[in-house]
Amino acid sequence: MSRIGVFVCWCGENIARTVDVQQVVDSIAAVPGVRCAGHYKYMCSDPGQAMIREKIAAEKLDGVVVASCSPHMHLKTFRRAVNAAGLNPYLLEMANIREHCSWVHHDREQATAKALDLIRLSVAKVRFDRKLDPIRVPVTRRALVIGGGVAGIQAALDIADSGYEVVLVEREPSIGGKMAGLSETFPTLDCSQCILTPRMVEAGQHPRIRLYTYSEVESVDGFIGNFKATIRQKARYVDMTKCTGCGECAKVCPLKRNLSEFDYGMGMRPAIYTPFPQAVPARPVIDKKTCAKIIRNGCGLCEKKCAPGAIDFKDTDRMVEEQVGAIVVATGYQLYSIGRRQDSDKLRGYGEYGYGKYKDVIDSLQFERLVSASGPTNGELKRPSDGKIPQKVVFISCVGSRDNAKGLQYCSKICCMYTAKHTMLYKHKVHSGEAHVFYMDIRAGGKGYEEFVRRAIEQDGAKYYRGRVSKITEEGGKLIVRGADTLAGIPVTIEADLVVLAAAMRPSDGAAELAQKLNVGYDENGFLSESHPKLRPVETNAAGVFVCGACQAPKDIPESVAQASAAAAKVAVTFAASELTREPEIAHINEQTCAACFACVHTCPYHAVEKAEIRARSGALIKHTARVNPGLCMGCGTCVAVCPSKSADIEGFSEEEIYSMVEALA
Amino acid sequence: MNLGYYPGCALHGSSNDYEQSLRACLGALDVTLAEIDDWICCGATSAHSLNHKLAIALPARNLALAGRQGLDEMFAPCPMCSMQLLRAGQAMAADARLREEISSMVEAEVPNGPRVLNLIQVFQRIGLDKLKAAVKTPLKDLKPACYYGCLLVRPPTVVDFDDAEQPQSMEAIATALGAKPVEWGSRTECCGAGMTMAKTETVLELSGRILANAASHGANCLVVACPMCHVNLDMKQAEAAEFLRAKFDLPVYYLSDLVGMALGLSATKLGVDRHFVVVGGPN
Repeated sequence: MSRIGVFVCWCGENIARTVDVQQVVDSIAAVPGVRCAGHYKYMCSDPGQAMIREKIAAEKLDGVVVASCSPHMHLKTFRRAVNAAGLNPYLLEMANIREHCSWVHHDREQATAKALDLIRLSVAKVRFDRKLDPIRVPVTRRALVIGGGVAGIQAALDIADSGYEVVLVEREPSIGGKMAGLSETFPTLDCSQCILTPRMVEAGQHPRIRLYTYSEVESVDGFIGNFKATIRQKARYVDMTKCTGCGECAKVCPLKRNLSEFDYGMGMRPAIYTPFPQAVPARPVIDKKTCAKIIRNGCGLCEKKCAPGAIDFKDTDRMVEEQVGAIVVATGYQLYSIGRRQDSDKLRGYGEYGYGKYKDVIDSLQFERLVSASGPTNGELKRPSDGKIPQKVVFISCVGSRDNAKGLQYCSKICCMYTAKHTMLYKHKVHSGEAHVFYMDIRAGGKGYEEFVRRAIEQDGAKYYRGRVSKITEEGGKLIVRGADTLAGIPVTIEADLVVLAAAMRPSDGAAELAQKLNVGYDENGFLSESHPKLRPVETNAAGVFVCGACQAPKDIPESVAQASAAAAKVAVTFAASELTREPEIAHINEQTCAACFACVHTCPYHAVEKAEIRARSGALIKHTARVNPGLCMGCGTCVAVCPSKSADIEGFSEEEIYSMVEALA
Repeated sequence: MNLGYYPGCALHGSSNDYEQSLRACLGALDVTLAEIDDWICCGATSAHSLNHKLAIALPARNLALAGRQGLDEMFAPCPMCSMQLLRAGQAMAADARLREEISSMVEAEVPNGPRVLNLIQVFQRIGLDKLKAAVKTPLKDLKPACYYGCLLVRPPTVVDFDDAEQPQSMEAIATALGAKPVEWGSRTECCGAGMTMAKTETVLELSGRILANAASHGANCLVVACPMCHVNLDMKQAEAAEFLRAKFDLPVYYLSDLVGMALGLSATKLGVDRHFVVVGGPN
């Protein structure tokens, strides 16, 4: 006969208002196997926990049921409490009579009856609970950071400075990300490159950071503490060990008119190129899609000119394996691609703005390049069509953001600020110019942000119109922008020389595919999901995988950097223990009864079930069986559901336990 | 090819030049038009501003008649008509009870279908390659500004035709005929439509802007696929010019005129000589 203690919590009046706790206690005390039952105003408080501990000792309890809130809240608290009293923590069950009962019901009588039922189920289950011990796994103290923008760089530096090795993977030829291409940053107007490049250099030279640029993560196997990442190093056609970064190759390359990715098509680059002067590593790559030597075995001038003989046209993609214990995803963002073709039917491209049709309609990252000192115009603002200095510029915010009908539902968060910044940068360069902004709302929450926007309007004279633009057409070299000023209630027509569209932020290309490789969730917009929006903002549901920066949601530089440091701290926490412990509520296979159909192997979403062989001491094969890798199993129970021979079961949620609960209810 | 034909009020009235053009042009391309027996008004702007049920019932009756005639494709040359027919069809497709209710209102079973086509879609059905092959006199001197107006491409959720903001389907046909359509900015602007009676100045301003934009982008004519647009841009052209203190000399062709001219049909046969802005035409 079991000796079970039941402890019912009032949760102040959260539970007690709707559930008659005294009646529940009286009724449950009569259930066979229940040794004692009690209630208390706050079971999670110190006196509440003490009550549980005392009863365990006094009544020699071998099972405990706490009826209170969701186990998401206090499972750990109560497990620690019973453990302190010498009871195995997995002999504790929680009945959720708050979220599942008192909060969602009004009728006191019915709620009380339901609470009693819920507790009876837990009592039935706790009888079959077994003592479990946490799983211990060794940890490789090396981190993989995916994405070398400002977030990835910050995370890599923080982890490396904590004394751990970092593998930093960036798919572009240089680290630096979007921030390296920005002109000046809000709200202080400091030069983006001036503040970023020191960190880039530091990351490039750090003894504990191994940099893979022009590389992508091909696959990731393993589990927290023990990941194996396969990295594809794309063919660079330049031997990084021989190359001195002198730049002679780019000078002699005759194919100089390729649209520069770094300048978002605002400038040109040769077929062999370093994306920008401060690139890290300062080693060029050859674009295999345009190089004449690679396409048709012509040219080859760079090879002849290269004194150290670093050019290697026979270079191929290479696969490298790296063992790591934790992963930080910092893959960043891209802008909504304005135009006609869209990846989803829901997005309708904003053809009315004529982006891609009129050369002088550009997006905000293109504008950054046009006003950047390192940009294609050396910081002089010249419009793309004819190189004239625009005297009237229209900025349109929320292009793709906050638009249920044609774009994305969410706010891209940073556009209000950078649009204000754009008007200032423009006015500082073209004093006589006019900056006009069409906006929906001005969202300037942040330290010094509202003041910054007011400065753009009041000191630099940007004209703000609350309203949308319906159409842009071109006439006589002018862009005719027609919109509405909804505050004045009048239509507005502006003959502009340049139009800048603040396009929505979206996750980078391939972010969803990467998330799938890492078993990390992502939302309908493709942003990676954190475990908890408030309390676990940089963790994911995949243990050992962390997120930071704009791959998780639109955010600005300060926020990305803060989140990157948070992710780095989480990595350091992971690495601080000599071995990792995991919850033992995972699947196990009865290898005696397993029929080796491997249905579980095929259905396991975490690839945690493997094919295994049972051999006699002589080495002779006895049978095949499925076997669970305890490091990978997340305890979802899919294998239990599919196993035709009933050989799979979950610790802590065995079929015996579940059926005992069902019977208790019947 | 045999197509159901829903002329709508305009083509039997003020815009019978459009019908003349269609019949001549499509006849030359071996398309026969089977006019819906006993068709009624589509409801146009008036019905849907007054009564939503009526705005569905009127086009629904025409769909029912077409169904009774066994037609699975129906050509509606006026974009207002085709949009109303499509909208009614979609509303009933999404709501079986509405279909029942409307069927009893119009005293006829309203079928799911027929497929409604606008003029551009008819030429697309014939095929651009076939059109190209049939061209006798390429329109190489013609630099048309292809004008779509409001309803050919909008609302995109109803008509689901071409790109609502930057359409190209008419340009593709004009190019196939040897013409050189211009890039211009007012392709989907409103001409003022029915305001022509109620508030003429609005139409003069809106249509005038469209004409000015076409002229400034180097067009030597306009092409339309809507009777209402033709009225405002052609008949009102002189008035619009006066209103804007400008001078236009832009003949306005129906798309079928353009095809017909390329096929070698005469201006008289197509009814082009009955337009207000008359030119000898390329023929």
